[in-house]
Amino acid sequence: MKNHETHITSYSQNLTVLITLLLLTTTSVLAVKFHFGAFTVAIALIIASIKAAIVLTYFMHLKFENLLLRLMVGGVFLLFAIVVVITFIDYYFR
Amino acid sequence: MSTTEHSEYIDSDTGKMGMWLFLFTELFLFGGLFIVYAVMRSKYSEDFHQAALELNAFIGATNTVVLLVSSMTVAMSLTAIQKNRPNIAIGLIFITLILAGVFMMNKYFEWGHKFSLHLYPGSDVMKSLPHGEIMFFGLYFMMTGLHALHVIIGGVVLTIVMFKLKSGKINQDHYLLQENGALYWHLVDLIWIFLFPLLYLIT
Repeated sequence: MKNHETHITSYSQNLTVLITLLLLTTTSVLAVKFHFGAFTVAIALIIASIKAAIVLTYFMHLKFENLLLRLMVGGVFLLFAIVVVITFIDYYFR
Repeated sequence: MSTTEHSEYIDSDTGKMGMWLFLFTELFLFGGLFIVYAVMRSKYSEDFHQAALELNAFIGATNTVVLLVSSMTVAMSLTAIQKNRPNIAIGLIFITLILAGVFMMNKYFEWGHKFSLHLYPGSDVMKSLPHGEIMFFGLYFMMTGLHALHVIIGGVVLTIVMFKLKSGKINQDHYLLQENGALYWHLVDLIWIFLFPLLYLIT
């Protein structure tokens, strides 16, 4: 009952994704330990965003989904970013 | 595509899109809390720094590894059913459930320790803290609690998936429920990816 060919992610690909995620986790733990001052939060958040993107792309199979779904997911994250920016504009320039 | 009268037509693309729409609402549920955290952190950065030192980064890191591995096993279970290996899929979901149990055990000890120090919303100890620290611990309990609730719900969904795999109701041709259950589990992982650095790592 499939409308199109289903992409099957191999076991080894899944394992590669996990190892990448674990390496990124280690990086963020070490990076925070070194204390980059004001940049620490930014570094931790950037690494977290990279990890999130990897989970979305590979574990959640977005790479192999149709364009509409990918645009929807991108749009929702964009919407969230706009909400964050507007909140801070309101907060700082009130 | 021809279907006989009795065979059920399942549009897996639409079913998956419905799941994603639900995940979007989850994103904003946690997203709202993340925004509160961000604003409060910029307002009370010194209090947040003090309060974050109370949290055990080691337990946080352990739970991160546990959730990442469980995310892989659930992704692999999907590979297994697509390759028509239901028993491997069942085994992998079972491992995922055990990892979910390990996560909750860690959470139990972590929260238990906080409670033994009388650090919980509404306690006299917490009320005596500076305002920013109360905000931090309030957010900590709210966010990790809401996340733990999602771990429990995900565990229930994956248990149902496991039994349906056993009975053959989920099989190589129909695995939408397993796919959506896996998506939910990845969302749980996704949220933790942000909770861990924000609450445990950054002080």
